[in-house]
Amino acid sequence: MHMADALVAPAVGAAMYALSTAAAGFCVKKVRLENEPKKIPAMGVMGAFVFGAQMINFTIPGTGSSGHLCGGVLLSAMLGPCAGFLTMIGILAIQCLLFADGGLLALGCNIWNMAFYGCFAGGFLIWKPFMKRGMDRKRITAASITACVLTLQMGAFSVALETFASGVTELPFFVFVSVMQPIHLAIGLAEGVITAAVLCFVYEARPEMLWNAGRRKAEREGRFSFQKTLAILGAAAAVAAGAVSLFASSLPDGLEWSMERVAGTAEPEAAGGAYEMAERIQEATAVLPDYAFSFSDSPAGTTVSGLAGGAAVILLCVAACYAFKLFRRKKP
Amino acid sequence: MEKLGKAIHEIHSLENLAEQDTWFCRIHPLAKVLVTLWYLALVMSFDKRDITGLLGMSLYPLITMILGDISIGQAIRRLRPVLLMIALVGAVNPFFDRTPCFAVGKITVTGGMVSMTTLFLKAAFAAAASYILVATATIGQICYALRKCHVPQILVTVFLLIYRYLVLMLREAERVTQAYGLRAPGERGIRKSAWGSLAGHMLLRSIDRAQTVYESMALRGFRGEFFLSPGERFVPVWQSIFYGTAWAAALAVFRFVPVFRFVGALFA
Repeated sequence: MHMADALVAPAVGAAMYALSTAAAGFCVKKVRLENEPKKIPAMGVMGAFVFGAQMINFTIPGTGSSGHLCGGVLLSAMLGPCAGFLTMIGILAIQCLLFADGGLLALGCNIWNMAFYGCFAGGFLIWKPFMKRGMDRKRITAASITACVLTLQMGAFSVALETFASGVTELPFFVFVSVMQPIHLAIGLAEGVITAAVLCFVYEARPEMLWNAGRRKAEREGRFSFQKTLAILGAAAAVAAGAVSLFASSLPDGLEWSMERVAGTAEPEAAGGAYEMAERIQEATAVLPDYAFSFSDSPAGTTVSGLAGGAAVILLCVAACYAFKLFRRKKP
Repeated sequence: MEKLGKAIHEIHSLENLAEQDTWFCRIHPLAKVLVTLWYLALVMSFDKRDITGLLGMSLYPLITMILGDISIGQAIRRLRPVLLMIALVGAVNPFFDRTPCFAVGKITVTGGMVSMTTLFLKAAFAAAASYILVATATIGQICYALRKCHVPQILVTVFLLIYRYLVLMLREAERVTQAYGLRAPGERGIRKSAWGSLAGHMLLRSIDRAQTVYESMALRGFRGEFFLSPGERFVPVWQSIFYGTAWAAALAVFRFVPVFRFVGALFA
């Protein structure tokens, strides 16, 4: 579900970065308030564990395929949603930088699609209510499967929405959604069962390690208000959308703008013998006059002239680089 | 599991590249991070049919890779998983957008074909830019740059810790799966009855290790902040500023001025 940069328009990428930053800011504040210095190395090691465990294939009976752990839900259940969210950001950033799994510009989208839904929706809206009346194997299994299925569905829907909003694919939105959702339903079910198996094992071996274990009625004071966060995130989204829409407005051609400012016209006329002679030579030798084929009105001429120019510039630059390297090597 | 071994190899080869004593590697990481983000934003802002303009953006990865001694072949190998996903989304474009754009001989090139090509190019350029960043700056240096940009300390520390323990965890996962494979020959993955105990034991060992790690870090004076090691030296500040501003300006020119068409006009 990792989105590549090519699927995201800058405006969409910036808006998703703003939303993810707001969520990360909230989590940083919460983790600081918890003031548990031992949690930070645990977050680091847990992040590395999720990374390693996601590379282990678990055979899904009867299908011949294999699945992985669901990182967001597992981290929420172990560290809590806020610490889990920050850990997921670290995992996604490393996947993007070291393994080209997801793009740097699309990191905001990926954080939202995988970490936000997995930790916030999975932790606060599913895990916590399920564990309200106590923790046992059945509840852990039900919570894990529900959280994995629902958060993956939300993530898959977001991927379709962000790709559609970026305008990079001609695929109609409903077709894209109808392809994404069923695939991720099956993946979510498999991941949910694997995550449940691991969490049930932890519950049997060391139950105190699970988030909210034995704290049924606790934390009434200073409780997290999800409505408030949604309101803040909504406002942030509105501000971000307004700001990035300015960025997305059409900009004038830089050279034409400068020429109009300096000369009063975008295309100044040149006069004189040298200019006329150059013009005659150019007319006689031109393969692509006015960026078009001299023998045809096909618009392909514009593209071909651009490509020819591009190829020339690229070749020149590459040659210059190699010449520079050669010169550098010869120096003692 | 072959992919675990490949992941470990990938991390080590990137570390070796980034630790080279070249001018590119010694540029301040903040300049490299900002140039990469600027480049990505510009590349993605191109219209889906503007191939000629987009081609101008190929100069940044080309020049940086050649001068920075970064293997172009390795960068292309990294592209494979990215292109798979792009293929999934982009391959449908020619079927849905059949508006003729131009003809090359008897072949009519449609809008869908053009937009699919731009999508592939954008993916390739973006992946190359990220690769250049990690091949010329270590993760420690990138974290240092993030702190300079006022990214919260806790986030940067967690990021760095994940990276530090990544190889350790990957090795452990490799050992565990190897041991399982030796006891269960012919099985493609881990069977259902072992799902919980196998990953669960690994998880509990990791958490215990985290406590030991924390205690040893605290004994060595860790208070949440990290610093660059004294051996890491950068080029003079003005050179890093020049690198950043020169690339920012050059990329902006290629984005907003049709340079390739002007050069093409010389042949016209």
